[in-house]
Amino acid sequence: MVIAPTAPAERAAPLGIRLCGIHHGYRIGGVFTPVIGDVSLDIAPGEFVALLGPSGCGKSTLLRLVAGLEPPHAGQVLADGAPVTGPGPDRIVMFQDPTLYPWRTVRANVALSRDIAGRRDDAAVDAAIGMVGLKGFERAWPHQLSGGMAQRAALARALVNDPRLLILDEPLGKLDSLTRLTMQTELLRLWQKRGFTVIMVTHDVEEALLLATRVVTFRPRPAGVISDMSIDLPYPRHRDNPRLLALRREILVRLGHSEDW
Amino acid sequence: MSGAETTQAIGPAEAGRTHAPATPRRATRALRHIVLPWAAGPAWFVASLLTWRVPDADDFPDTNELAALFAGIGVALLAAAALRRLSARAPWMIALGLGLATWEVAQAKLLLLPRPFFGTPQDLLDVFLTDWKRLGDSLLHSLGLLAVGYTVGSTLGIATGVGLGRSRHFRYWVLPVVRLVGPLPPVALLPLAFVLFPSNWLASEALMALASGFPVTILTWSGVAAVDPAYYDVARTMGARNRFLVLRVALPAASPQIFVGLFMGLGMSFAMLVIAEMLGVKSGLGFYMQWAQGWAAYPDMYAALLVMSAMCTGLITILFRVRDRLLGWQKDGLKW
Repeated sequence: MVIAPTAPAERAAPLGIRLCGIHHGYRIGGVFTPVIGDVSLDIAPGEFVALLGPSGCGKSTLLRLVAGLEPPHAGQVLADGAPVTGPGPDRIVMFQDPTLYPWRTVRANVALSRDIAGRRDDAAVDAAIGMVGLKGFERAWPHQLSGGMAQRAALARALVNDPRLLILDEPLGKLDSLTRLTMQTELLRLWQKRGFTVIMVTHDVEEALLLATRVVTFRPRPAGVISDMSIDLPYPRHRDNPRLLALRREILVRLGHSEDW
Repeated sequence: MSGAETTQAIGPAEAGRTHAPATPRRATRALRHIVLPWAAGPAWFVASLLTWRVPDADDFPDTNELAALFAGIGVALLAAAALRRLSARAPWMIALGLGLATWEVAQAKLLLLPRPFFGTPQDLLDVFLTDWKRLGDSLLHSLGLLAVGYTVGSTLGIATGVGLGRSRHFRYWVLPVVRLVGPLPPVALLPLAFVLFPSNWLASEALMALASGFPVTILTWSGVAAVDPAYYDVARTMGARNRFLVLRVALPAASPQIFVGLFMGLGMSFAMLVIAEMLGVKSGLGFYMQWAQGWAAYPDMYAALLVMSAMCTGLITILFRVRDRLLGWQKDGLKW
């Protein structure tokens, strides 16, 4: 696998995110439904934070607010101390679906952010494609890719821009378990190498514990933090590590699954 | 037990694959690749010979020229067969040659069909030989009229469709107008248009633009409205502005639908073209046909019809070629 020889000094510094008293909701059928109720979080630059919670609890909405795709009803999102007013190229989102543009080749998809910025940066695009192991597939159409390959292409598209914050909305949720393992390792390697901040939504407790430096658990809608724990285990972590198993049990209990374990 | 069953199940199929007599298939192959291609030329020679040797029932023009044309096509088909360029089209060429021979015998030699509504092949040839200049001129006029109206109509249609799909304000003000005017057959506006516009040409162009613009508008709108919002989110998180979202996300995402609209719009503008030329504009193929009918010159009318059909199918072919190029990314698409 080819890795771009980029000196760490050229990299943009990771972004710190602070959420202050976030409230948010949607009008569904004329009735206001609160989705997020008073969430405050402080994410240090370079952290890998996993947001855990039952599905539909508002985690994804929280990510949209951090990305700047929507403004919160109340409260503030600060990126390095400055309020977030809209989406920006230093905060890249990766969705559960690869959402590659079907009318663009893999290469043109990866080069999307370059097109938007009006820049041609072939070296960076090639490096990103090589980094996720898609060399040789540059000219393929998205419909010709497997689910795992499409998600890799989406990862390359996110990374080509050298983001300061990577926002991951269950990016591995739809992959088969083997592809998922590979992608987890890949993601971890990239985070360690590039040093950006990661906020990842998942409902897989094990995945959160394998990857994140910090796991924040949410209660169901309206979302609120129930626990916030640092995972000070060294990498690479192993699934059968007794500490990890204990943490997994603890988190499941907090999520209200004491009997299922 | 189960082993025996399996053997039995596989047995006949395998036998069919290996021991089935290969001769029928080989015979079909020979028919398709040797017999039919080499038969196409002779079919046209038969047509040529009948035209040349059987005496005409009346004084028709260009009988010998027609025989020569048939013979020339026969030679060309033999050459194509020798170059192995003629297997898929061979049955069609044979049918065409024999069909023309039948027409020639039925009308030019036996006068079986009532005249003057049904002409002979040589009548038709004569129109092309003597009146090609006026036919070509009419074709150019029609193409010119069509090009302006269709281009204006589809451009406006795409713009309106994008506006309807992307902006609530635009939708509020424009949708009622689209709903009021769009479904109206543009022909209904013809009397009004000839009064309102300073020239018949301008009136025809406006109606043709309207005719092609409506389907393009509706299909562009539906295409843009159906774009996955996640596509916009992806571009927005990378800092894309509205211009990029419209031109580089919405339009390509909606392009399969837009092409359906362009195809329908082209058909509508053909209809409008002929009507405009028959009623107001004093040139073009529609006018030529109208004029030919007025003089009971039916062969001229058939010739104009042939040219018009070639024009319409040619334009649709071009549209589909463009579509195939631009939509090569689609998993499957129909081929024209």
